[in-house]
Amino acid sequence: MRRKSVSYAKYGYIFSIPFVIAFLIFSLYPIIYTAIIGFTDLKGLGKIDFKFLSNPFQNFNLILKNPSFQESLTNTATIWIISFIPQILLALLLTVWFTSHRHQIKHQGLFKILFYMPNIITAATIGILFFSLFGYPMGPVNDIFKTLGLSKDPVNFLVDGWTAKGVVAFIQFWMWYGYTMLILISGVLGINPELFEASEMDGASGTQTFFFITIPSLRTIMLYMLVTSLIGGLQMFDVPRLFLFGGPTNATLTTSLFIYNQAFSGSYMYNRAAAASMIMFIIIAILSAILFYVMRDKYAARLRKEEKKQMKLRIEAQKAAARRTSV
Amino acid sequence: MRRETNISGYISKTIIYIVLIFLAILSVLPFWIMFINATRSTFEIQQHAISLIPSKFFMSNIHVLLGKSFNPFTGFINSMIIAAGATVCAVYFSSITAYALIVYDWRMRQPFFTFIMAVLMIPAQVSGIGFYQFMYRIHWTNSYLPLILPAIAAPAMVFFMRQYLLATLQIDIVNSARIDGGGEFYIFNRIIVPIMTPAIATQAIFSFVLSWNSLFTPLILLTDKDKYTMPIMVSLLRGDIYRTEYGAVYLGLALTVVPLFIVYFLLAKYIIAGVALGGVKE
Repeated sequence: MRRKSVSYAKYGYIFSIPFVIAFLIFSLYPIIYTAIIGFTDLKGLGKIDFKFLSNPFQNFNLILKNPSFQESLTNTATIWIISFIPQILLALLLTVWFTSHRHQIKHQGLFKILFYMPNIITAATIGILFFSLFGYPMGPVNDIFKTLGLSKDPVNFLVDGWTAKGVVAFIQFWMWYGYTMLILISGVLGINPELFEASEMDGASGTQTFFFITIPSLRTIMLYMLVTSLIGGLQMFDVPRLFLFGGPTNATLTTSLFIYNQAFSGSYMYNRAAAASMIMFIIIAILSAILFYVMRDKYAARLRKEEKKQMKLRIEAQKAAARRTSV
Repeated sequence: MRRETNISGYISKTIIYIVLIFLAILSVLPFWIMFINATRSTFEIQQHAISLIPSKFFMSNIHVLLGKSFNPFTGFINSMIIAAGATVCAVYFSSITAYALIVYDWRMRQPFFTFIMAVLMIPAQVSGIGFYQFMYRIHWTNSYLPLILPAIAAPAMVFFMRQYLLATLQIDIVNSARIDGGGEFYIFNRIIVPIMTPAIATQAIFSFVLSWNSLFTPLILLTDKDKYTMPIMVSLLRGDIYRTEYGAVYLGLALTVVPLFIVYFLLAKYIIAGVALGGVKE
């Protein structure tokens, strides 16, 4: 006669405690602290004491009016756009090639490994490597240009702002298209194969299948990629810092780099950097909220659709039953 | 008619392979140039920056490289300690948190999960200033703890582990272990962790690489040269002292890439599969 009814619920709390504590200490508290610093006069190397400013939003006003900050926002957006659009297009194209039955591409495994490879290499290393590759007067890229007869004299690529932005965007593209492709391929493999078979039987061409089956089915995944890539893009730091330190004349200055420079160089303006961080945080929060909303909405919409279908079936059934009784 | 489609199919296939091979070369070429130039003298590089054959200046490049502030071995060991510590924390505590979310029926379970989803995308950079000030105040700059311990709370990994447990864990296993008299903590460590090994291995690789490659947080916290991690060591190569030492810079870069290449090509199959798994987030 051993009856012991044990409630295990408390272990749910116990096992979650380390996560919660680590989150509170290392994520939440620093965010709040950053927000607070944004309203203070905290600056200078090694300073930790601060006073609140009489005009609490002074740092935010100064940052929003700061031409370098504005430039850093435009740069971040520009670099992100010119790296993301070709990245998603190429990834889609490769996805179609790799998943199509018609082409039967051989050595897919090897290609995937090579395309994804740049993604795991230290971004700091890649930033410096590309700086060396574009060396002037005699770097590998100049060497190629000379050999191909594209230019007689060595070109100093990196003094031009747009070329520099283009190279940073290219590095981002080059590091991430393989990842995007792998995610999209797994998305396509997750699509119900019957859909493809049916479209093939209906005589749909490859292009039609792509636009009417593949793309609509990948919408959620592509949206997810879009937002994560955007948030990742806003944090772009390693490559622009080590490639050209944000230069030439701020052409590759990203928001993260701007924040770093405010806080950890020059006059160590932690307060301004904190204000800029909060502005960035708000942008990221809005983007995440949009993603959260859209994804949820879609799920809810699907639920509603299911419900409607059930309702319809029930009504049909009732009608049928009614008919039968009336007969 | 049939022949025609064959020919067009053949042409399109050729084009596909040309593009694929071009992209493969694009992935390899920068690293190829880097490895070859690591063995060439600055003079040779200035004459011709691209060469297909290695030269014999590897040792002299090593001397130049190590004669200055760059110390890849210190960087390697420091990064190893931090990345290994962070990875162990991340996989263990993410697993146990995911387990708590799946197995136990507690009141805060659903709110807690919603909360994890909500903080999934908060990047470390936005709290960087507060984090730095906080660590400075408690004298934790130049310590590895602030680089390791935050890994305990890894929302994205908890989410992944939860998905994995949902798909694989049968609650009967837990129940029968309880009947056998196993404590909850014992059951998790001895029965659940082995079940989760495939997921843990995949996530461990990504967590390790992420920590190994991270630059921002170590850069703001570590000022002591003996504590520098690999990415900070690498950033020294961009400094003025190496301005004219092309061969040595390429060699330094190559040394930081070699460990990653070894890990990558040994585990490539699992890494590629792992990336694909991470994508199925719906």
